[in-house]
Amino acid sequence: MLRWILGGREAQGTVEKSAALFIGEEQPKNCFTEMQVLKGHFDIVRFLVQIDDLRFASAGDDGLVLIWNVETGECLFVLRGHTQQITAMTSYTFIRGGTAHTALITASSDRTLSLWDPDSGNRVQNISDLQSSVKCLLVLAHLDVWLSGGNELCVWNRDLELRCKMVHHSDAGISAMVELPKNFIAAAMDKEIVIFKLNLSGSDIAVMAMRHLADHQDTIRSLIHINDRLFASGSHIGELIIWDSVDWTIQAYEHILWEEPARDSQSEFKLNHQKQIERSIQHMSSDGEYIVAAVGSGLYVYNVLMKSVVAYRRTAHDSNILHTMLQRDSLMSCSEDGSVRMWELQDLPLPAEPASSGFFGMFGTFGRSSKQTGPPAKKIPEVPGLRSLELIGDLIGHSGAVQMFLSFKEKGLVTCSTDQLLIVWKDGELQSQLRSLAVFQKLEENQGL
Amino acid sequence: MIGSPDVVAFTKEDDFGDSFSDPFSLPEEFSVPLFAHAANANPWTKTSYAKFSKDFILISEFSEQVGPQPLLTIPNDPKVCGTFDLNYFSLRIMSVDYQASFVGHPPGSNYPRLNFVEDSKVVLGDSKEGAFAYVHHLTLYDLEARGFVRPFCMAYISADERKIMHQFQELSSEFSKASEFLKSGNRKAFANELEKKLKDLEYTRSVLHKEAELQKMNNGCYSTQAIEKANELANMEKSIYEHKDLLRQITSYPSRKKKDVHFVQRETEKLADTSVLDDTPNSNPSEIADKTVETENDIRKSSYTPQLIKGKSAKCFDKRLKTMEELCDASFFHQTLEQLNIIEKSFRGDLCFIYTSQIDRALVGKQKVTSFLFEAEREWENEVPLKNFSISSNNPTVPILNLTGEPLSLESYTSCIDIDHMKPGVESIEGPPESSLSDITQETSEAADTETKGSFSSDKSIEAFGGVSPSSLQANYFDGLERKSKVSIASPSESASSSVAVPQRMTDGNLVLMDAACCIGQEGFVFEEPLPELAQECCGDTVVNREPLSLLQGDPALQMDYILEESALAESPNMGLTFSELNTGVLSEEVAKINIEDVSDSTSFMSASTSSDRAVSPFTYGSALTLKQKKKAGHNALRFIRQYPFAQQAIFCLLSGRTLVILGVDEGTVRKLVNALLFFVPNLGKYGETVQPWLSSPFQLIDLQRWKLIGLQRAASPAGSSILHSLNRYSRYISILDCDSKTLRCPPYKGTLISRLADHRTQIKRGSTYFLHVQGMLTQLTARAFLYTFCHHIHLPMDINDQGSVTSRRTNFLLQLGYTVEESKIVQYLSELIKQHYMQGSSKGGNQSFCFNYTTSYLYKI
Repeated sequence: MLRWILGGREAQGTVEKSAALFIGEEQPKNCFTEMQVLKGHFDIVRFLVQIDDLRFASAGDDGLVLIWNVETGECLFVLRGHTQQITAMTSYTFIRGGTAHTALITASSDRTLSLWDPDSGNRVQNISDLQSSVKCLLVLAHLDVWLSGGNELCVWNRDLELRCKMVHHSDAGISAMVELPKNFIAAAMDKEIVIFKLNLSGSDIAVMAMRHLADHQDTIRSLIHINDRLFASGSHIGELIIWDSVDWTIQAYEHILWEEPARDSQSEFKLNHQKQIERSIQHMSSDGEYIVAAVGSGLYVYNVLMKSVVAYRRTAHDSNILHTMLQRDSLMSCSEDGSVRMWELQDLPLPAEPASSGFFGMFGTFGRSSKQTGPPAKKIPEVPGLRSLELIGDLIGHSGAVQMFLSFKEKGLVTCSTDQLLIVWKDGELQSQLRSLAVFQKLEENQGL
Repeated sequence: MIGSPDVVAFTKEDDFGDSFSDPFSLPEEFSVPLFAHAANANPWTKTSYAKFSKDFILISEFSEQVGPQPLLTIPNDPKVCGTFDLNYFSLRIMSVDYQASFVGHPPGSNYPRLNFVEDSKVVLGDSKEGAFAYVHHLTLYDLEARGFVRPFCMAYISADERKIMHQFQELSSEFSKASEFLKSGNRKAFANELEKKLKDLEYTRSVLHKEAELQKMNNGCYSTQAIEKANELANMEKSIYEHKDLLRQITSYPSRKKKDVHFVQRETEKLADTSVLDDTPNSNPSEIADKTVETENDIRKSSYTPQLIKGKSAKCFDKRLKTMEELCDASFFHQTLEQLNIIEKSFRGDLCFIYTSQIDRALVGKQKVTSFLFEAEREWENEVPLKNFSISSNNPTVPILNLTGEPLSLESYTSCIDIDHMKPGVESIEGPPESSLSDITQETSEAADTETKGSFSSDKSIEAFGGVSPSSLQANYFDGLERKSKVSIASPSESASSSVAVPQRMTDGNLVLMDAACCIGQEGFVFEEPLPELAQECCGDTVVNREPLSLLQGDPALQMDYILEESALAESPNMGLTFSELNTGVLSEEVAKINIEDVSDSTSFMSASTSSDRAVSPFTYGSALTLKQKKKAGHNALRFIRQYPFAQQAIFCLLSGRTLVILGVDEGTVRKLVNALLFFVPNLGKYGETVQPWLSSPFQLIDLQRWKLIGLQRAASPAGSSILHSLNRYSRYISILDCDSKTLRCPPYKGTLISRLADHRTQIKRGSTYFLHVQGMLTQLTARAFLYTFCHHIHLPMDINDQGSVTSRRTNFLLQLGYTVEESKIVQYLSELIKQHYMQGSSKGGNQSFCFNYTTSYLYKI
């Protein structure tokens, strides 16, 4: 096991925080120059699920599920049925009659499971006699079944018929599941990861617990699929374990402490506070090669092939990061502080003089507070290959924690928040061009003005 | 001595104005006729002969009891009319023969017929009075009136002859609307009245029936009493049948207008044939009528108790005629008054002013794609028939014999008969205008007929037009009914019950009382002498000497509208009331020759719009923003740009769509600044929806999408701190003008466009002038934005993966137009608005997106 103690903190720690927070108003790399506010929910919006290229569903504590068109911002359907908050939502695409259908599965605290048809807005099926509320859902497309996890693990077919059920006696219940090869499932239950096997004999499905992996010291907060060979789990105290998907052995172990050896007295004073900071791994995402972990309010990028840290930023946000996304060299994160930040992995320049980040001019100064206040020289490359995580833009709009975001590539980015709003962020230039095309099309139809 | 009425001279192209053709001049429809006065006189200081101070609208009636009488004027202010003799003028305008007023038995028919006639529209001049009038005749149905009709007329009276002539079409279409309101209301009321009458009749019949039975029982079948009763009963049956027929006619009123006279004629003939067939007694129509009336008047009907009707009606003079409001449904009547008020307002002022504003309106109407950006919404925007807009300076598109095919307002059928009547002597001089020679139909010949007969009402009157009446502009009460009978020929009044007398007060020797007890099948009255003499006689006796039965006095509700603004009064030039130039002796022929120039310079009035721009315009949220308010805002704007060196930056923010927040402690100061910057906000909205003049709670993100100019209260309270928080949080989307510390925080602006728009050292002194300057520049900017939006080659990708080149082409295009990067943002923002408006229409519904830029802001200080 490799233990990592992150260091590289400099004397001007106070500045680092604000520098990380404030990118300034000039963000040439930020293409999201148009926003559309979507209103419809009456409570915290927690989940976003993409249905197809155009549509997505949002759900939250008001028990409503709304289906939206991302291009027009139009609310297509309001799905009513749940009486309490939604705890899990997923989309489920299957082939019927030669065409692909997408259904929406939602689980709520009122111990119901519903299957919706997003094309008509109808509730196709509803299961209301569950013994506990479902915390997570997993679709196994190749078996054409899906699983619900809570205090019990249930296997359902596409028509919401119960195929198999397994009750656990632990208090925690299943908080997350990932699919493993050969019909195995990894489920996170408190501090353990339980490997289940789905036995298919004819049309019958049986579930069997194969192994309990108890290497985490604390509650597992996130469990993700990396690639066919690996999956990862992160715990409340910052343990990150990479597992082998087939033989369930530990491939790598990182303990992210977010602390550093004190260099001078000034920062020692700070350290007392720093030790208290949250280091729970709330969220992870992966592109198959890299993992990004949201550790407290910091970001941590890990290369699973090299088994080494690539980049990190201890205070990427003012508050806990709730959701992350990794795409090539860019990264996006949203946080309880109400902002979405976009980052870029950049190769570190040669160690240079610590740049003065200057004054940060919010109000009342002529100060040009620009991205150069970002501290490129902050990181001392203790490890070869360490890159820096540079803030290239932020999206400010929500007045509450941004719970989640969903990317529609060039069509935009949807964020949902505690302030009950959804915002679609779009590329203004692209939208303008699309509108021009629409105008010319209408001109043609109308034969002139 | 009063001569025959003047005929307004209808000049041809050669006679009037000069027709130069400058290739660079405006197209003809947008040119304003030059002031035709040769001398170096100031056109606005001319005194006029008119005895009234400004234009007004007069409604008169030819009462069967008292003759012509004025009913009301709009504006309803005695000052307006001054010493102008309304009674006399009513006589003048009502003595024009109005063909439609005739109702009689059509040949070959036994039943009274209602005549659905077109209104007639004529121009009348009275040089002696200095008054010229557009006169719009119409008839309303009244069961108690002679021949069921009551002739009314609405007249727009002005001292400026040219105004009447040039604005004839506009006046005609506007008055037609008013007339339509009246007539639809009247048809409804008339149908109600008929319903009631039918009930009465049926009740009476049942009573009579019983009596007759009784008589038979007592005295045998052939007793005189029994025969009498039987006759009475038969009369009653006839009467019922006739009333039913009337009801059927009124309810089957054709709702479609016809444009083409010839077509109409044919149609009418055809319909007349079919209507003969329809005349065969069948109860269908009345049933239908019943149904409709039932639905409309359920309550009233059910509560109505039939009354016994006496065989003979009361003497004509004992009868109280219905007031105009009673004749129409009250709501329709008020609509009419509203419309008349609108007419009065829109035609107020000098002809030149009206022209300019009409041209302005027409031009704006052609720019629907962009006009929403900076143009003020017009009050009558939707009502003005822009398509028909045509002003031609040389060819006054006026009345006479404008019979056919003219695509004017649909029903602008005009008749020259009146003028022929009024001025027989003029004919030779005047002759029909060339343009309409080919179109002269039976109309003119009949006019001649009429004249020779010397009768006011001729039974050969224009049948062709009978069947065609304009549909009501309102949701037509009679819509959906069968329109079987479109009878054109008038019917006699029915039976003795509605016999009417001829006004006795008119017995100046011209009128002879006909059979007062019964007017069945007769014209109401006949002139013994030829008309011209009548006219002269009448004039000689000056007036109908009876005080008008004023509707106004009877009904306080009518006195409602229009109190003339003091300011407007004060500004209107003091009208001279002298007949200086025109010899009162000039009559008939000579009047016809009156040089337009002489008459045309009679003064009109400037509108009240020149009122002081000093006052801070009361910007009230929720009420429509008027041009006037915007002009007043010009003064504030002027002061703002002089006072604040960073005014340009502030204006740049507004034009580029970045929300400008004006932060301050004092509400007055903030509101004043909001007002000053008001007209720089693109797409301000009719009610200024995109501006929030005073906000004392923190704003939300969604507010930034909605409001582009916000006045915000700075307060020390907790609310104040949350306001500051929201300012801080959304600082990248807004610019903040702090009026307490006189600072502005916003992105920088480089360029010359706005420095021309808002020059710190501008020489412009007046707010309204500055407003016009800004308006001009914004129009130019809008034109560029239009160009940018609709240039194909810069927006369409050359191939599929061509996004980058589109972007660079767009940028280059704007640079080539000479715009800096910042100015390009303005054009791009306007272009986005244009696109959005074009795609979605004027409706602001839908969830719109909100565009912004990531640019650094600077703080500007004084």
